[in-house]
Amino acid sequence: MRIARVFAVAKKEIIQIRRDPLSMALAFLLPLILLFIFGFAITMDIKNLKTVVCDLDKSEVSRKFSSDLSASGYFKIVNPSVNYRDIERHLDSGAAKIAITIPRGFSEDIRLGKPAQIQALLDGSDANTATLAFGYLSAATDMFSAKISPRRSAPAVDPRMRVWYNEELKSRNFIIPGLIAVIMSVIAALLTSMTIAREWERGTMEQLIATPLKTTELLIGKLIPYFLIGFIDMLVAVSVTVFVFGVELKGSLALLLVVSAVFLFGVLSLGILVSIITKSQLPASQFALVITFLPAFLLSGFMISIINMPYALQMITRIVPARYFVTIIKGIFLKGAGLDLILSDLMLLAVFGAAVFAVANVKFKKKIT
Amino acid sequence: MSANDVTVKVEQLTRVFGSFIAVDHIALEVGRGEIFGFLGPNGAGKSTTIKMLCGLLTPTSGAGYVGGLDIMRQSEEIKKSIGYMSQKFSLYDDLTVEQNIDFFLGIYSVPKARAQERKRWALAMAGLADRSGTLTRTLPGGVKQRLALGCAILHEPPILFLDEPTSGVDPISRRNFWNLIYMMAEGGATVFVTTHYMEEAEYCDRLALIYRGKIIAEGSPKTLKQSAMSKDVLEVEVENPVEAMEALDAAGFEPAIFGSALHMTVEDGAIAEPAIRQALADAGLPPARIQKIAPSLEDVFVNLIEVS
Amino acid sequence: MGEAESEIETRSLVKHFGVVRALDGLDLKIPRGELFGLVGPDGAGKTTALRILSGIMDPTSGEAYMAGVSVTDDPEAVKDKIGYMSQRFGLYEDLTVMENILFYADLYEVARTERPARIERLLGFSNLTPFKDRLAGALSGGMKQKLGLACALIHTPRILLLDEPTNGVDPVSRRDFWRILYDLLKGGVTILITTPYLDEAERCGRVGLLNEGKLIVVDTPKNIKNSLGAPMVEITTHSARAGERLIRGKPGVLRVTAYGDRLHVALESMDRLTEMLAVMKANNLPVDGAREITPSLEDMFISLVERK
Repeated sequence: MRIARVFAVAKKEIIQIRRDPLSMALAFLLPLILLFIFGFAITMDIKNLKTVVCDLDKSEVSRKFSSDLSASGYFKIVNPSVNYRDIERHLDSGAAKIAITIPRGFSEDIRLGKPAQIQALLDGSDANTATLAFGYLSAATDMFSAKISPRRSAPAVDPRMRVWYNEELKSRNFIIPGLIAVIMSVIAALLTSMTIAREWERGTMEQLIATPLKTTELLIGKLIPYFLIGFIDMLVAVSVTVFVFGVELKGSLALLLVVSAVFLFGVLSLGILVSIITKSQLPASQFALVITFLPAFLLSGFMISIINMPYALQMITRIVPARYFVTIIKGIFLKGAGLDLILSDLMLLAVFGAAVFAVANVKFKKKIT
Repeated sequence: MSANDVTVKVEQLTRVFGSFIAVDHIALEVGRGEIFGFLGPNGAGKSTTIKMLCGLLTPTSGAGYVGGLDIMRQSEEIKKSIGYMSQKFSLYDDLTVEQNIDFFLGIYSVPKARAQERKRWALAMAGLADRSGTLTRTLPGGVKQRLALGCAILHEPPILFLDEPTSGVDPISRRNFWNLIYMMAEGGATVFVTTHYMEEAEYCDRLALIYRGKIIAEGSPKTLKQSAMSKDVLEVEVENPVEAMEALDAAGFEPAIFGSALHMTVEDGAIAEPAIRQALADAGLPPARIQKIAPSLEDVFVNLIEVS
Repeated sequence: MGEAESEIETRSLVKHFGVVRALDGLDLKIPRGELFGLVGPDGAGKTTALRILSGIMDPTSGEAYMAGVSVTDDPEAVKDKIGYMSQRFGLYEDLTVMENILFYADLYEVARTERPARIERLLGFSNLTPFKDRLAGALSGGMKQKLGLACALIHTPRILLLDEPTNGVDPVSRRDFWRILYDLLKGGVTILITTPYLDEAERCGRVGLLNEGKLIVVDTPKNIKNSLGAPMVEITTHSARAGERLIRGKPGVLRVTAYGDRLHVALESMDRLTEMLAVMKANNLPVDGAREITPSLEDMFISLVERK
């Protein structure tokens, strides 16, 4: 392998990228845009969720429950004493997102040491919020249970759904680091997937394969510029995460960058492999998006918790490289994980990258078929 | 040519793309039954001109009349009374031969009474009478092109525009194609052809040579070779063309190798001949057979370009 | 499997694309330093041959040798010895002339010390020096082809494979191009060029006519033209088409073709000429002149193909 030829390819690619405003925008602006949109727009936290309470018990305990809910900051009680009949109207009109009905006999049950129930009706049209709301409600009722009967080991109200929780109940902390993985996948999908296909389409590949340039040299040469771009994007994303979104990086930056490099290599190689197989730009970019971005978005655990998924899907996530990257990123960001903790996942990423590159190397033929 | 016989007329026709002048104030006239060739290299303005005449592109300035219709204002009507065959065949690769014909019958609104007859004619012309169900993609180039021509004239237009119709096609198919064009011209159709292939231009009745948007010469192939060419073309037959070329190059000539002979354009053949013999003798090369030959259209073209 | 003696050699080279037999047993032997023209009907044959010879396509069967090395067994071994120019412009339109050349210089590992002189010469030769910082996409067709040639020559290859390099190129650029080729011949480079234009084939040392995947004749242009075995006459007349119809099929006439205002008639013998002229006169077709000519390569090609 001749390094000079590798660099020749990389240099040519860089010149072309710089001369194409669209790819420059894609390379540098798109990640930032995605970061800001998802960072700011997707808030998984709820505050002041509009709530109505139908208190049929009208006891001191029930009123305490209501006021505790209100005090938590998550629930804004817009009507503390709504009629049962009116609940539907409130939910329909959107005046309330959650309606809590405290049945008659609530305080009596508690006094007698029996499990007391409350009914929560949620506006399920926004499933995310509904789920969250229920989670918060569960947490709130837990706390209330603990308060009123500290001796009980079982909570007075049994939470039936899980809460997406993190220590500070700040969703940003775990969404944004994972978001970085998604963004890296987008770069691969959109940029590298077209590079080989484009040369076939434009007729420059035919000329290229008549030269002594080796396949490996061509692929590495093409990876280099996109790797650089991806790495820069990575640095920018981390900076924005830490300084704009205020997510603390508990672990080592150096380790984070090393892992990113490994992941990038794999996901860029995947883009190139797609380009080799499809040989034509439009399907290449679409196919690449499906293969890299979509799994990264839906199946990596960055936003939708893997353990919440059906078993079959959970198994599928095992072959999504972004899943491991997300785990590692979150680990480094939120838990300050060191090399020892992430090593096995890192190895998997490295193996993935090497395997994909090897396949690309074999799949690319310096031949017209 | 009397006014009645002029079917295509263009005056000061110009088309500009941004700062690039594609067609630069050209003027010409073509008569009924004439085969008119528009000759020039790629990028000279041929396709642009044809598109303007067909009503596919609006001129920047100037005037043009096709079949008496104004290309500026009556482009839609023009489209109904002309046949146009574009540079890259206009057929659909994934349709069968018959489906393509049916499609164009519909596009040109060929009346039902004539449609079957025209379809038969087009199939016969392309030699596909028994293969109408073949997928167009599988047809060889020459056949496809005859079919494309057929489809372009299903509605029997009086004026035909062919944009590089034989590009990349083998000589036999090319000849067959031209026989078809001859037949049409004899039937009274006006045929306006563009080509970059100098030798093909010899098939035309009259030619206009276009270069960088301007018409640099006009006339029949014969007149062009006689009058547009002020110089003589000599053929020098030698045994070692490469060495001879070096010798003559050094002597100030511009020879071009043609197999085992050299061709060169000189101001005056009578004067040049002795000088050539001298140069060869000086280089120690055996004497050559020198004769004046008729200039090719390419010689004419190069001469005109270099003169301008 | 013996050693190949010729610089370019193929043995029973076959290539199928599904049912299409692009090459059907090609046997080619081109000695070092020859300028060989491969002509033939458009379609897969010529381009396929070049692609196989440059190692970028596998044949269905058969062998091919370049500079003594089997390109079918070990394509990478020859790539630094050959220069290939694809039919379609294969350079980067978003790179400048200089950037393209330097890129190829890098790919072929041309020594840095060699580059300035070599590039200057190549650009100068092609009249591209004033455009060296222009984007390749902004060049005219002729300049693009010259740039393509320059990039194929940057590593001074022994063998040059050019696929229809002057297609659609303006005549002046075409001349520049051929001048470069002749210069290369002086340096002992072997050139294999494909072309659909038989007049261009006349410039070659030897010509191979490829038809239906096989070579039907390989010889110098002169020998091919003289192989008709019958005299050919050129009759100049305004009514060439009418004349063609009239003469065709008459006894003693082997073939007749109309070219604009001329007829090329292949006769059994020159005696028949007076008969032909009489027939034309009897039918009121004016004859401006008649003389014996050597058939053109195109005449020969058609006659050979139709004979098969």
